[in-house]
Amino acid sequence: MFGEWLNTIVQGVLLGGLYGMFAMGLSLIWGVMRLVNIAHGDFILLGAYLALLCGETAGLHPLAALPAVVALMFALGFVLQRGVLNRTLGKGLLPPLLVTFGLSIVVQNLLLQFYSADSKALSAEGLTTASLRLGDSLAIGWFPLGVFLAALLMGLGLQVLFARTAFGRKLRATSDDQETVQLVGVDEKKMYALAMGLAFAMMGLAGVLLGMRTSFSPTDGPANLLFAFEAVVIGGLGSFWGTFAGGILLGVAQTVGFRLDPGWGLLVGHFVFLGVLLFKPEGLFPKTR
Amino acid sequence: MNTAYVERATAASRIGAGFAVLLLAAGISLPWWSDAGTMRLLVEFFCFLVMAQMWNLLAGYGGLVSIGQQAYLGLGGYALFALANHAGLNPFLCVPLAGFVAALIAWPTAKLVFRLRGGYFAIGTWAVAEVFRLLLANVATFGGGSGQSLRAMAAIPRETREPAAYLMALAAAVAAIAVVYLLLRSRHGLALTAIRDSEVASASQGIDVAFTKFWVYIVSAAGFGVVGALYYMNILRISPNAAFDVNWTAYVIFIVVIGGIGTIEGPIVGTLLFFLLRETLAQFGAWYLIALGLIAVVVMLYFPGGLWGAVSKKFDLHLFPVRRWLRSGK
Amino acid sequence: MTLLATRGLTAYYGDFQALFGVDFELEEGEIAAVIGANGAGKSTFLRSIAGLHQVSADAVSFAGGSVGGLGAHRLARLGVSLVPEGRRLFPSLSVEENLLVGKSTGRAGPWTLARVYALFPRLGERRDSPAALLSGGEQQMAAIGRALMGNPRLLLCDEISLGLAPIVVKAIYDALPALTHEGVSLVIVEQDIGTALAVAQRAWCFQHGRVSLCGRADELTRDAISRAYFGL
Repeated sequence: MFGEWLNTIVQGVLLGGLYGMFAMGLSLIWGVMRLVNIAHGDFILLGAYLALLCGETAGLHPLAALPAVVALMFALGFVLQRGVLNRTLGKGLLPPLLVTFGLSIVVQNLLLQFYSADSKALSAEGLTTASLRLGDSLAIGWFPLGVFLAALLMGLGLQVLFARTAFGRKLRATSDDQETVQLVGVDEKKMYALAMGLAFAMMGLAGVLLGMRTSFSPTDGPANLLFAFEAVVIGGLGSFWGTFAGGILLGVAQTVGFRLDPGWGLLVGHFVFLGVLLFKPEGLFPKTR
Repeated sequence: MNTAYVERATAASRIGAGFAVLLLAAGISLPWWSDAGTMRLLVEFFCFLVMAQMWNLLAGYGGLVSIGQQAYLGLGGYALFALANHAGLNPFLCVPLAGFVAALIAWPTAKLVFRLRGGYFAIGTWAVAEVFRLLLANVATFGGGSGQSLRAMAAIPRETREPAAYLMALAAAVAAIAVVYLLLRSRHGLALTAIRDSEVASASQGIDVAFTKFWVYIVSAAGFGVVGALYYMNILRISPNAAFDVNWTAYVIFIVVIGGIGTIEGPIVGTLLFFLLRETLAQFGAWYLIALGLIAVVVMLYFPGGLWGAVSKKFDLHLFPVRRWLRSGK
Repeated sequence: MTLLATRGLTAYYGDFQALFGVDFELEEGEIAAVIGANGAGKSTFLRSIAGLHQVSADAVSFAGGSVGGLGAHRLARLGVSLVPEGRRLFPSLSVEENLLVGKSTGRAGPWTLARVYALFPRLGERRDSPAALLSGGEQQMAAIGRALMGNPRLLLCDEISLGLAPIVVKAIYDALPALTHEGVSLVIVEQDIGTALAVAQRAWCFQHGRVSLCGRADELTRDAISRAYFGL
């Protein structure tokens, strides 16, 4: 009995790693340019569909297609920010939200048009079912564990990038004061484009891993956005590790909820989010500047 | 010596007022000279018009972008079904009651959701809508995930039901425009316009920004609630996925952005355009939505005032006299 | 040679005109003082040169080329560095990180962390401290240091004595003439007229967006300055 619950929680933690990945991209963009991308979840899905495309046309295994997907997504994010989203910054609240909402509709329906509403999955041939057995009831799937480790590495990577590299310094400076940063020779618009490219690359990775883990369809985007968002709120703004922790808590809440009653899985997650919003609106692990 | 005075009406608004009276007369008499199909279409039209006005009030004047107002649409619809099917009340009476129920639920929701700001507020409202959808999908009395039919309407004959629904929808549309118009003409309206132009400046002038935003959210919720009841009374069947679908907000955003955000005329123009596009383009399925999305993006980037904003600026046209003009003479 | 020149420079904040055709020039190696009452347009003048305001291309020339209207980051890369009013250090970065970000101009030159710390030893002691925790004087030194790390040819200083104790102001101003020997020319906007005139070769007085007086710092009389300052 205890073993089963432990298993549930472990599954939740592993799921939470994926949510943490979703959330870090959202958090990165908000941190650097105070932009919330409503199409965030839809672009994550795009990563999964791009891997599907690589599989269908070039017969590539999703992991083999990963570098191409990540590179494509980086380029897409860069161009999108440069061409469209940079124009929405500094003009108030509405333009970025409404433009990214419009993009969400466009991406969803483009995917619907080309792939229909049927569920698809990325084949991962045995990877996804193999598991590590610990004791009687504890089985940790190799793949979910891999996803969790990837998320951990992503968080670590971002931490190092921001704290130790010149690029990270420029990003932090740009987010502090986008006028003064120009005075020291930084092209802030290019910084935003690079940051968005980075976020998109992360989203592409997350999408491919998502697609290997579960089946997906074009209308799943908004759910991904909600999970990313809830993870950020639960964890608290300002630190990647807080966001990661938020993702884990959300994952655990959902899996525990599913165990109690399949209809209530998502709701338990939502309630944890609402609870944090009610009692600790700044999040559980906020980092104050 | 010339004395200056403040005037509210313009020539255009006077002509517009006359035109509006004619339109209203035509609208009220419509059940007697038109057919059921047209009435059903107009009910939908008025529903979108009310939603557009309410969303515009919230975003264009209150500065609150919500992508979760469909929560109140769904709640209003379910309130109708709860009160009519299960509590046995007259369905037509339930429409305004539904608005009241929506407003009641919006009160604590606002307290919660107002802890978020900007983009996170937007997504938060969406999360709330999702919660309501999931909660109602799990309640067996309302038919769970597959929803239920409005049995209470079976007792009322079609010849009464359809015109009554139509006239209620017309009344709701007129009321929504009237509420927004009167609100903007009042002291609160001045506060809203000030908040729209600059929150910080208006707060420094003593305007209670939080209070004003709170009330705007409640009013907007009530409006969506009424629409939910009207719409689902018109089609006689409700289900959680339909009632809480985020596409409601997508369409409304399209209407307000393309029509002209922050004006009363804009949502009217936008709804007209939306229905025109729908009649011609909806056959193209997903491409139709892609087109809507792209048009909204382009308009937001290059024509932030929307269609009405462009026209109004070019011809200095204001049909609804909410502004004050300084004139001299007399 | 003339390093910086403006011809008929006008600048607007929306509909409000702040500068009405300013003519100005600076020789290489010179220190110029810009004085004037609040709202006279001194900061606007510096910001326009630094590329933070939209101005016509010919209005500003630097090292022989027309640079008016080029974006601020491009001007920084050309060697024009503005030390902005209010210091404006990056609060989430440490002192040393602020200095390092100054290198983003990508310009080669003599300025390194070691040299900046040699110029302002107090900064070296506080190098890992978050920038927001520094005293006013230390912040000003860090802001100047950050600008120097970009190896500029022209340093524009906007009200660097503002809010600082006289002894701190003296320490900073004592360091400035040495900069000209390193190939850095300076334009200094100051409220503290005495301090500015003591270090500058030429002085320019602004009033209501126009140059009301200019001349060699050691030749200008108190009277002339008062008149030009207040327009009496």
